[in-house]
Amino acid sequence: MLNKNIYLILIISLVFAISFWIGFNVNLLPAEASINAPIYDELFKILFIIGLIIFIGMTIAVIYSLFKFRKRNDQIGDGIALEGNLSLEIVWTIIPSIIVLLIGLYSYNIYDRMGGMKELNHNHEMMTSNTEKIWAGISQTSENEIAINNLSIEVSAMQFAFLFNYPKGNFISGELHVPVDQKVSMKMESKDVIHAFWVPEFRIKQDIIPGQPTILNFTPTKVGKYPIICAELCGPYHGGMRASIIVEEESDYNEWFNKNKKPEVNL
Amino acid sequence: MTISIDPQKTNSESLQPKGWLRYFSFSLDHKVIGIQYLVCGFLFYLIGGTLASAIRIELASPMSDFMPRDVYNQVLTLHGTIMIFLWIVPVVNGAFGNYLIPFYVGARDMAFPRLNAVAFWLIPPSGLMLVASYFVEGAAQAGWTAYPPLSITTPQSGQIIWILSVLLLGGSSIFGGINFIATIIKLRRPGLKLMQLPMYCWAMLGTSLLVVLSTPVLAGTLILLSFDIIANTGFFNPVLGGNVVVYQHLFWFYSHPAVYIMVLPAFGLVSEILPVHARKPLFGYTTMVFSIMGIVVLGLVVWAHHMFTSGTPPWMRLFFTIATAFIAVPTGIKFFNWVATLWGGKISINSAMLFSCGFIINFVFGGITGVALAQVPFDIHVHDTYFVVAHFHYIVYGGTVFIIFSSIYHWFPKVTGKMLNEKLGILHFIITFIGFNLCFAPQHWLGLNGMPRRVAEYDPQFQFVNQISSLGALLMALSTIPFLINVFLSVRNGKDAGDNPWNALTPEWLTSSPPPVENWEGEAPLVEEPYGYGKEISEQNKNI
Repeated sequence: MLNKNIYLILIISLVFAISFWIGFNVNLLPAEASINAPIYDELFKILFIIGLIIFIGMTIAVIYSLFKFRKRNDQIGDGIALEGNLSLEIVWTIIPSIIVLLIGLYSYNIYDRMGGMKELNHNHEMMTSNTEKIWAGISQTSENEIAINNLSIEVSAMQFAFLFNYPKGNFISGELHVPVDQKVSMKMESKDVIHAFWVPEFRIKQDIIPGQPTILNFTPTKVGKYPIICAELCGPYHGGMRASIIVEEESDYNEWFNKNKKPEVNL
Repeated sequence: MTISIDPQKTNSESLQPKGWLRYFSFSLDHKVIGIQYLVCGFLFYLIGGTLASAIRIELASPMSDFMPRDVYNQVLTLHGTIMIFLWIVPVVNGAFGNYLIPFYVGARDMAFPRLNAVAFWLIPPSGLMLVASYFVEGAAQAGWTAYPPLSITTPQSGQIIWILSVLLLGGSSIFGGINFIATIIKLRRPGLKLMQLPMYCWAMLGTSLLVVLSTPVLAGTLILLSFDIIANTGFFNPVLGGNVVVYQHLFWFYSHPAVYIMVLPAFGLVSEILPVHARKPLFGYTTMVFSIMGIVVLGLVVWAHHMFTSGTPPWMRLFFTIATAFIAVPTGIKFFNWVATLWGGKISINSAMLFSCGFIINFVFGGITGVALAQVPFDIHVHDTYFVVAHFHYIVYGGTVFIIFSSIYHWFPKVTGKMLNEKLGILHFIITFIGFNLCFAPQHWLGLNGMPRRVAEYDPQFQFVNQISSLGALLMALSTIPFLINVFLSVRNGKDAGDNPWNALTPEWLTSSPPPVENWEGEAPLVEEPYGYGKEISEQNKNI
């Protein structure tokens, strides 16, 4: 009996060790290029490890049972008439409940750190002229921060392109240029069907909905060119509906901005 | 002149065709209807599978080069709709439910045999109509979710035929659900208590409650959508002040429970199969019943987890995260109980057992990615990507379709009186298991790294992994060949099965194979312990 328990403990430790090793050494995610990304990857790693432990454990249990308790040719009759075990069933109700609850609380914490639980600021300059209801995406800026943030962009999506309007510079661009390490606020609206704004390297996605503006805030942390992908089926050319986001040093960004800037038209 | 009518001829029973022709008739026999559902469902599975192959051929290269882009969208829409509404839902509910439930409650037929036949005969015409819509002006191309405004702006005839077809199939499903509830509650043999019913009855009771509660919402939603399309109303049309997010709420109020409509019956079926081949009682009967009902209740309040990137307020996202993640608890209980059923048994390693164990492994994997997807911050990155595609195929193919095959291997001897060939069956399992995992496991990585779903073209960096996935799909297609050969050979020349080849204790095995028209020659047996393996009752049964 003692021997059996030692084997069990050994196998469980091995499953844990393998899962932790894979969790920490196998990277399944693309580059991290926004302040959201490392937070997301932390959650991913934890879920990945817990998932691996459960999956490897269950698979071993099934394969072991099939092998150990297979019917030998000389055997007749049935297995033991075991109809249940209340304490065992209570254990495997309570433990998963606790794990699920902890995961839920932890992901709440993650979501909060991403800014998802913050109240929206309806005094944001971009929205003062609008009384319509604005729906939140992930907002990682606090109310005060959003008020002083001066990089706001209006995104309009249509079959099958994104257009980026820079109200401060009075121009529209097909490429999204943003300076590195600065908070960007986007108000997004669709001209026709539902689209979605997704940058895998930023770990953010928000649907762009006709008739209901949505907002999305993010802070890029790494200079580079990343794809903007439409993630919601929007018609025949959905697969080709892509744009680029170019994250650049502030000086490069200012140069690009000033080059495209148009004088204000006074009516 | 008086016409004398042969009294025999007035009996409607004698007007029913005999032999194989009865499968093409408006038969009222629950067993005939069950087989009609199964064969009809399998034919649509072949069509849906062909469409899936077309998708995987298109995705073997990063360019859109195999078919026109709008045809690709029609193909993916039809693939999803056919697989859900014409293969999985009718087969796990209609086929096995009709065949088994009357046996399990000790009845001679379903509560409403005529309604039952109507429910089945709605399926072939609506299915054919759906497939034929391709030849009108092109089939629907807004995905099986038919989100407006895309579904309002794409060619109308295909979308309207799609709505009509789904409405009829939903109606069929509701008729079936009412029939199952009535049969299980009211037609039980005297003396048979609810807590003595085989687990599949409980699964079907839970499923039917979900069908009856949620399908009407889908029907209402689709009728409003069809008004928007043909009568220019503005329920969901933003141009006319409609709200597209409302459609999503209504749609997922049905379509998330639909996942449980597809997997709960499979949970029931595997609970019948494992004890027989492991020669052990089902572990934890009572907790299994409560976990089914727990899934039914929770399943109704999780729909908005499909909409974490749509416009939903933060508190709502949080509520649906917690509710969704908690479904893992009753589901987990069932999986632990199944493994405990295997533990200490005398397991026959046969095709039915292998497919059931394949189901456990695949479904645990799909369940784990499901708990991850329930977390809002996790979902926001992978929503609408191939990660989600992989996740739900692990649930509905790796889960339910594996159980459909397992059930066919298990009940084929009952239906035909012949055994299926085990060697071909195990070959079928191996190719399916490898092909399935090769096809869908890599798709998790694709989704995490930037490949959205429902695209005909993609970033060339994903080509290699997509080709692995397509290779897996090819294996899955090939796996059908040994299965079909097996079925056709065994129906004609299979080994005689006898009445109860597995020495099973559930009531359907206590009659002849194939069973007579009214199920039993005499009284229906009272089976108080359907899982009494290892007990006296099991020994007695063997002597009969």
